[in-house]
Formats: sequence, structure tokens, C-alpha cells
Amino acid sequence: MAQAAPLSPKAPARMKLVCPAGTPPALRVAVDNGADDVYLGFKDETNARNFAGLNFDDRSIRDGVDYAHRRGAQVLVALNTFPQPSTWRKWRAAVDRAADLGVDAIIVADAGLLAYASKTHPQLRLHLSVQGSATSHEAINFHHEHFGIRRAVLPRVLSVEQAEKAIQRTPVDIEVFGFGSLSIMVEGRCALSSYATGESPNTHGGCSPAKAIRWQQSPRGLESRLGGVLIDRFGEEDHPGYPTLCRGRFVVNGDTYYPFEEPTSLNTLELLPRLQAMGVKAIKIEGRQRSPVYVETVTRVWREALDDCAREPQRFRVKPAWQEALAGISEGRQCTLGAYHRPWK
Amino acid sequence: MNATAMETTKLALGPLLYYWPREAVLAFYREAAGWPVDSVYLGETVCSRRRELKLADWVAIGEDLARAGKEVILSTAELIESDADLRTMHAVAGNGAFRVEANDMAAVRALAGKGPFVAGPFLNVYNAGTLSLLAGLGATRWVAPVELSRDGIAAVVAEGPPGIETEVFAYGRLPLAVSARCFTARYNNLTKDHCEFRCIEHPDGLALDTQDGEHFLILNGVQTQSASVQSLAPVIDEARAAGANVLRLSPQSRHTGEVVAVFRDAVAGALGAAEAVARLAPLMPAAACDGYWHGKPGIELERGRVREHVPETEVRP
Repeated sequence: MAQAAPLSPKAPARMKLVCPAGTPPALRVAVDNGADDVYLGFKDETNARNFAGLNFDDRSIRDGVDYAHRRGAQVLVALNTFPQPSTWRKWRAAVDRAADLGVDAIIVADAGLLAYASKTHPQLRLHLSVQGSATSHEAINFHHEHFGIRRAVLPRVLSVEQAEKAIQRTPVDIEVFGFGSLSIMVEGRCALSSYATGESPNTHGGCSPAKAIRWQQSPRGLESRLGGVLIDRFGEEDHPGYPTLCRGRFVVNGDTYYPFEEPTSLNTLELLPRLQAMGVKAIKIEGRQRSPVYVETVTRVWREALDDCAREPQRFRVKPAWQEALAGISEGRQCTLGAYHRPWK
Repeated sequence: MNATAMETTKLALGPLLYYWPREAVLAFYREAAGWPVDSVYLGETVCSRRRELKLADWVAIGEDLARAGKEVILSTAELIESDADLRTMHAVAGNGAFRVEANDMAAVRALAGKGPFVAGPFLNVYNAGTLSLLAGLGATRWVAPVELSRDGIAAVVAEGPPGIETEVFAYGRLPLAVSARCFTARYNNLTKDHCEFRCIEHPDGLALDTQDGEHFLILNGVQTQSASVQSLAPVIDEARAAGANVLRLSPQSRHTGEVVAVFRDAVAGALGAAEAVARLAPLMPAAACDGYWHGKPGIELERGRVREHVPETEVRP
């Protein structure tokens, strides 16, 4: 039997801006340009952007926390992969490290790890990662009741109406994705990458790992392969993109097209007044793998947009300059509302 | 292997992942009543728009199968988005007749503390800590995520709670991903809300190939599957040694009963690995794979797979 929770509208409040930092310079530009929260990861598979040259050691986290706190920002550590069978204690050690380093919250997907964190570090604030695949208020409330999570990141699968219902029925603060690379599959529920390469976000903290990629010139054009599988083929007029599996061109019944999604970025700027009114507490920017220039641009634009929206939501308009700045750093130079806009599905 | 292990290894018919006409589904399960499987998972797990059968129909099928001596388990949906999805999940969870397989944390919440349930393959149980948590809430069986290797499963079992049953995906096209978007509708230039239920035209899904002709994936509505068929038939002894005591066989539109028979013989020790492979080959809709089991890319086949239609120019790592 469904539990008919009362629909109690929450008072709209200023939404926090949550920005990515793959490196200390990115953290600093995020803070300098007005991020409320900056999220980052350790240099290993405990986070879902486990790429060479990215992420933080203990010293750079301490420095980053200090830098952020002096300027009124908070630091969140993503421990958002699933602890693997024989090395799962490493993830527990990572929780202990994050607690010792004085970070403001950790972002966790795995239920067992959440249980450990809530028991061992009851003072440490817990956020449920998007990789936790909590797509309804009941799934979110499960994590609240068992682990005391304070914030949950909604998977990018819900329409605005569905997200609003979830917000109305949970005591947990809700964070949604505002901008960045768009996940086509439900986060935490995709093994396409490991099917082709042996490594996936769930198991190794990365999708379509760089070491599995091959580019080669062929008589039919430039080819990108992932684990040997042909992902796409580009002509002179194309802009070759990173061969993420769900952005490839494949053949179905003789038609060659993008069966999953074109290379586009999620951009929800135009939805901001709606998201604010329905009680979203934080807007997440994707892109820990991106450069400090990306972080600087996107943070600056979104800070201004969120401030405008908080000040006068009725008069909020997306400025052409914002869109221009964001288009310059978008994947495929196109933007979409994704699942927030129902016909996308 | 010892005699006890042979006797206690169960075969389970996984939930039907495709959309078949009602009559085809009813006929399939009438036949299944006579197959040598121990457990049968029932219910719509992929898409809430598929309504050839209602929950009452699944329960009725379950009652017939239970009379035929099968252990019946009702599965909840892989992805819950809407209020209607939640109502359906609660109806399944509270069905009162059969044990339930939970496939998301909302379902776990609905089932926790109310008796035994199955922790389904989409709950992302990758370690003993998570398995212990679920066992504490009432899970008496867990189904390993398809990505988990033999060694991974063995490690979870070794450190996990005692007495819980371990089920592995032993045969079928691997459910690899789920989305809010329907890729069958997209192929037909339709939106999901107006999909015309076109996946009913593809009883084993819609084939997706690479541009150089490799059979790669299967579009099954909002679900994406492997084109290759994972088969653990040659490694049943390994599966037992790793702690697996239930083997899941995933329904396909043809030959499922014969596949069950091969696995039954293999589990009984009456078939060697090579013989099992030979008997399965003509029953499979595509080539075999078992890479995940060996800790490799899932698409690979440990014992000398020749991948189809791979061009000569390809540079393999």
C-alpha cells in the first residue's frame, strides 16, 4: 500500500551552488567565483572521477578546506563508488580520513559504507550520492531513516514534476544537477563501460577509461574505439567527442544514428525559478575532470544566475551572455533539459 | 565437487525481461511448470508501461507454478520514477503470497523487517558490509550484480553473513543499464509517453551493432542488454566453489526449456564443460560471453572467443 504523505510546500530558499574541483587550482577558482560547496575526491578508486592527474591528497585537502572555510565555502568529499569485495576496508579508511581532515560532508553511494560512516562518525554530515540511485522519496527516506543522510542528489532521470513530489515528501535536502555532462542511464545502474572495458563507475570510479580508448585513421574516417569496440567514426565536418559509450553512433536495422543520446550537455538555467520554488536546496555542477577555466566560467555564470533568481524570481531571465559563456564549454556545444523535460524520455 | 553441493545448487528462472503478448507469457509459464527449475521469478521489472499482465495475473501464474512445486518470487521494478510505480512496488511487496525480490531501496524499505526477501541484482551489493546490512533487514538471498567476478563473489560470501543464499546470473543476455529514456521508442522516433508499446515487436529485444558490424548491445525499452549471451555452464564447479548456490537463467523467446535442461544436467554432474557448451550453442540467440566472471570485460569469452565481424585494421590492446 502506498503511503500517502501530506504535500507540505516548503518555503523557497536560496539554493546552494555546488561546484566540482578536480585539482587545487579548480577548488580555488570555484571558491573565488562564489561556490557555496566544492566537492572533490581522493586520488584513488573511492571516487567516480578516478582519472590520472586529478584529485587530492591529504595535504591539498587540508589546504583546500582552510581556503574554503576562510571564504565561507564548504568542502564535500565524494566517496561515491561501491567498495569492492576484497578491498572494501579501503573505503572505510577513506571515510575515516575524510572525517580526520575536517571536511564538511562526505558524498556516499554504498549502503554499507553509509552504515559504517553513520555509526563510526556520527558527527560527520552524510550526503547520498547520485550513484546511490535513489529515484523516489521512499528510497531517499530509507537512507535517512537508517543512516541519517542530510542531503540527497537526485538521479538525472526524474521530470520536474517527479522531482517536486520527491521534495515534498522527504525531510532530506535535495540537490539536483544543473549543468554538465548528461548521464543517459540511471546513475549507479550502468555497466556498459565494464562490459566493453572491464571498468565502470561502480567498480573503478570511471566510465569509458582513457586507457581503453584507441583513435585511428581509417579510409572511412577517424575512428574511436573503446575496448576494441567501434564507438564512432568521424568525417571532416564532425567534431570528434570523447568516446563515451552512450554517446556513440551505432547501427539498428540499417539506421546509423545516436541510439542513446547526441553529445550534449545538461543545462537547467531556464528552470531555476521553478527549482527554487519547489524547494530544491542545492544545484550541482558536473565536471571534476574539467579544467579550472571550465570551473571558473561555470561557477561565475551560475553564481550570478542563482543570485538573480533568489533576488527576483518572477523577473528572472536567462541572459544571452550566460548561455554564450556556457556554450563555449559544453560538450558537443548543444544543451538540453534532459529528463526534467518529459518529452526527452 | 561433493554430493551435498550438487544437491543444494538450485536453478532459478529469472524474471521475463522482454515484452511479450499476454498469450505468449501464459504459454511460456505453463511450459515452465514442467521444467526442472527450483525458483521462478515473476513480474514486470523493466517498464511500468508494459501492461499485458497485471499483478493479479502474475500472482495467478505464481499459484500454478507453486502447485507444480516451484518456489515463486515476485520481483519489483528495476527503476521507480512515478507515484504509480511506487504503488505497484507496494502492491508487489505486500502481495501476501510469495517472497519478493527487491530491486531498489524503496522496495527494501517496504520489505525491511517484515520477513524474508531477496536482495535483487540491481541493489548494488558489491561488498560484505552492504550484504550484512541487507541480511539484517531480512534478506535471505542476494543476487550478485552482473559485474561481480568469481573472485569478487567468493570474497563477499567469505566475509558476508552466514546462511544467506547467493545467486548468480548464469545464463542470458546481461541487463547492463537502465534509463529514464526508452531507446526502443527513440529508435521509432516516438517519445516514451507515446511509445505505441513497440517493444512487443521484439521478443528478444532490438539488436544494436557497431558501424563495423559487431553485434554489441540489445535495446529492450528503457533497458540495455549485452548482445552476447553470458553462460556460466562451463564453470559451474567454479560457481559452487565461489559460494553460489542458485544459478539464474534468463528467459528468451525460444529454447528456454532446453537451456534449463542443459543446466540441470550440468548441475547434476552429468555433463562436462565442453559438452554443456556444445549442447547450448544451438539454443543461444547469439555468441557466448563470460568475461565478467573472469574479472575481465563482460563481452569477452575466456576460452577463445572469436569476436564477430571485427575488421582486420583493428588494433587490439
